[in-house]
Amino acid sequence: MDTRPVLTFQPDVYNRMLDDARKCFPDECCGFLFGEENGANRHFSEILIVDNAKEGDKRRRFSITSRDYMKAELMAAKLNLTLLGVYHSHPVHPAVPSEHDLNVAMPYFSYVIISVYGQDDISVRSWKLNDERQFEEELVS
Amino acid sequence: MATVIIPTPLRKFTENNARLETDETTVKSALRSLSEKYPDLRRHLFDDSGNIRSFLNIFVGEDDIRDRNQGDTPLDSNTVLSIVPAIAGG
Repeated sequence: MDTRPVLTFQPDVYNRMLDDARKCFPDECCGFLFGEENGANRHFSEILIVDNAKEGDKRRRFSITSRDYMKAELMAAKLNLTLLGVYHSHPVHPAVPSEHDLNVAMPYFSYVIISVYGQDDISVRSWKLNDERQFEEELVS
Repeated sequence: MATVIIPTPLRKFTENNARLETDETTVKSALRSLSEKYPDLRRHLFDDSGNIRSFLNIFVGEDDIRDRNQGDTPLDSNTVLSIVPAIAGG
């Protein structure tokens, strides 16, 4: 039996996230996901799409401003939801965290990665740091 | 007392407290004091050399401490100190 944590999305949240990945292609998109926890499982019911603030080539890197981060924390408090994670896309690349993703990752957050090879060739996987600062996969349902 | 805002991903190390009070007078001493109170928080605030981790942005009010006096930036009783994780990747 698979014991990995399960992530579920409100359909409109999932669709908006994928639309953002398509729209930004071939650049990386990024944003925040909010929702509730049930044990290790998580349900995402709200999304905040933000600009990729990375200077220069955005096809292999993303960055979110501190202002947008603080906006996300305020939004969570206002909606009485938990800021549970961050999503970003990997254009023409698998939905697997890069070395750079690992170096910058924070504990607790789900890191949802959208692999985009074309408008209809998209897959989603999610990762979370364990106590040894290694990524473990969560199941995207 | 100054107020410290803890970001969501670090709250599991502060017994789920989102806001903490400190009577320390600089940014670095406030973060050190927090690390002593919550030892599991330490490695997320400081690197192996004891410096504030480069992937954290620390704001005093609306000012990034990199534009002030880094860890020596003073705090007073009305200061709100925000710990803001850098969100980035590839």
